[in-house]
Amino acid sequence: MNSKNPTVRLIVTALFWIAVAIILFYVLFPFYWALKTSFTSSSRLSAEALQWFPTHLTWENYKLVFTTQPFGRNLFNSLVVASGTVILSLLLSLMAAYALGKFRFKGKSVLMYIILAVSVFPQIAVLGGMYTTIRALGLYNSVFGLMLSYMIFVLPFTVWTLTSFVREIPTELEEAAYMDGASPLTTLFQVLLPVMTPALVTTGLLAFINAWNEFLFALTFTSDNSAKTVPVAISSFSGASQYETPFGVIMAASVIVTIPLIILVLIFQRNIVSGLTAGAVKG
Amino acid sequence: MTTQPQPTQPKPAPTRVRGIEATRARTAFWLLLPMVIVLILVAGYPLFRTIYLSFFDYNINSPNPPKFIGLQNYWYTSPEGVGLGVLQAPEWWNAVKNTLVFTVLSVVLETLLGLGLALVINSKIRGRGLLRTAILVPWAIPTVVSAQVWNWMYNDSIGIISSWGNKLGLLQPGQSFLSNPDTALAALVAVDVWKTAPFMALLLLAGLQSIPSDMYEAADVDGASPVRQFFSLTLPLLTPALLVALIFRTLDALRVFDMPFIVKGNATETMTMSIYARQQMIDNAQFGFGSAISVVIFLIIMVITVIYVTSLKVKFD
Repeated sequence: MNSKNPTVRLIVTALFWIAVAIILFYVLFPFYWALKTSFTSSSRLSAEALQWFPTHLTWENYKLVFTTQPFGRNLFNSLVVASGTVILSLLLSLMAAYALGKFRFKGKSVLMYIILAVSVFPQIAVLGGMYTTIRALGLYNSVFGLMLSYMIFVLPFTVWTLTSFVREIPTELEEAAYMDGASPLTTLFQVLLPVMTPALVTTGLLAFINAWNEFLFALTFTSDNSAKTVPVAISSFSGASQYETPFGVIMAASVIVTIPLIILVLIFQRNIVSGLTAGAVKG
Repeated sequence: MTTQPQPTQPKPAPTRVRGIEATRARTAFWLLLPMVIVLILVAGYPLFRTIYLSFFDYNINSPNPPKFIGLQNYWYTSPEGVGLGVLQAPEWWNAVKNTLVFTVLSVVLETLLGLGLALVINSKIRGRGLLRTAILVPWAIPTVVSAQVWNWMYNDSIGIISSWGNKLGLLQPGQSFLSNPDTALAALVAVDVWKTAPFMALLLLAGLQSIPSDMYEAADVDGASPVRQFFSLTLPLLTPALLVALIFRTLDALRVFDMPFIVKGNATETMTMSIYARQQMIDNAQFGFGSAISVVIFLIIMVITVIYVTSLKVKFD
């Protein structure tokens, strides 16, 4: 970009914009294709599947996904599981992060290493043990079983991220509360919590997305629609016969669950990018 | 992860201060206790239980109680000379091969593509904000959704990618890259690359933006070409961010389950280690054998993590 020659400059700029166009097409096309398919009626799908633009827009698939599939129930389950997971993990990790970020005690770095090790645990490594544990606790095919099992990948993440946020909070704030005779929990919830709101929003959002998208545990620990979440439902929609996959309906369901996520990500994109990179680059 | 700087020579602290320290340590203990209990319940105990079950012959649907068989789930040759252990099973080694191919291909492609994306977004031209937003879309889409969308695009008869493949003469009509066992794994790599290269780009972008711009100005003054600047300046300074991103992606790819399972189920040509373990454990109800597979996967991933962390001297802070 630093050439003085105008022709070279023009070519470089043109190449750059071609690169931008290719990238945009590459990242956005599959989603566009899902959107387009979701608005094509199933009777026209085989004829119009390869057309670039829809000719007869219809909401048919969006109605079918709620009438022929228990998708409303699946959405409800997913909301309950993801919200419950976020609330529980933020509560637990807020207290833990306060201790890890502001207190001095023996074994702290060992504990941090263990938490980090858990975060790279392959879910499959605990699947068998978790399955028998969940059955023994009577939580098989229940949203509570999913919330509990999701702690294995959400908790290390929230503890780790919140700890790095707590560490950034000036110690004076906490000392002042201590001098005033505030108990640790009062200090945490009335002094530190207000300062941490942005951190909690970012961490909670990423935890929510992770819990919302989880598939392996949701597939293995549920057996019917009283607890099945959206990912399991979308992966297993079936049509009238076993040879006919209802792609229009699947795409409609996909669009329904993806649009809120995309909106959330766009609203919080600055926080997400900094949250992700801070967590990742610093370890 | 900072260990607080220890005083170089332990001075006898005034008792009051020591009392405060002790109280603080006790408070920390109570603050940490709930989190530690939950972690033991969802990670420690299930892991221990999986390891324990791997020494048993245990069919969860059979009325017979689990029978201790030592290491036979790992390695056992029957009197007839048939290898029954995991490490003797051709299906296991097929899953290992698939997982390794998937991991190497997807991580390499994601890194190259992510680097390219990051460089374009990092250039000082209008539209970078738009690009940065757009690449978040694949990342925000749930894995299940991206698997189903690509599954649809790969459809044998009316998938758009199959129709492109037809036009380019790569596919016979009615065929798809997914249904052909030779190309199925590569087709899955393409899905993973689409979904994850943007994430890689974001990590690398953070690395790029931490390179001070006066270094480039100095390189410009010295007359270094953009290519030279990339290889002698950008790449070396980006290495730490690149390595961390590589570790994350490798570990993710090694335990991959969702996407290949949703698209291809238990198909042999795309069976990964995690899919094989779940098939044996849940579908075939072989909890002992399945647990042995889980343990082997766990060991593989832990060994790779340790090698990575020690050889790269990753610092946690």
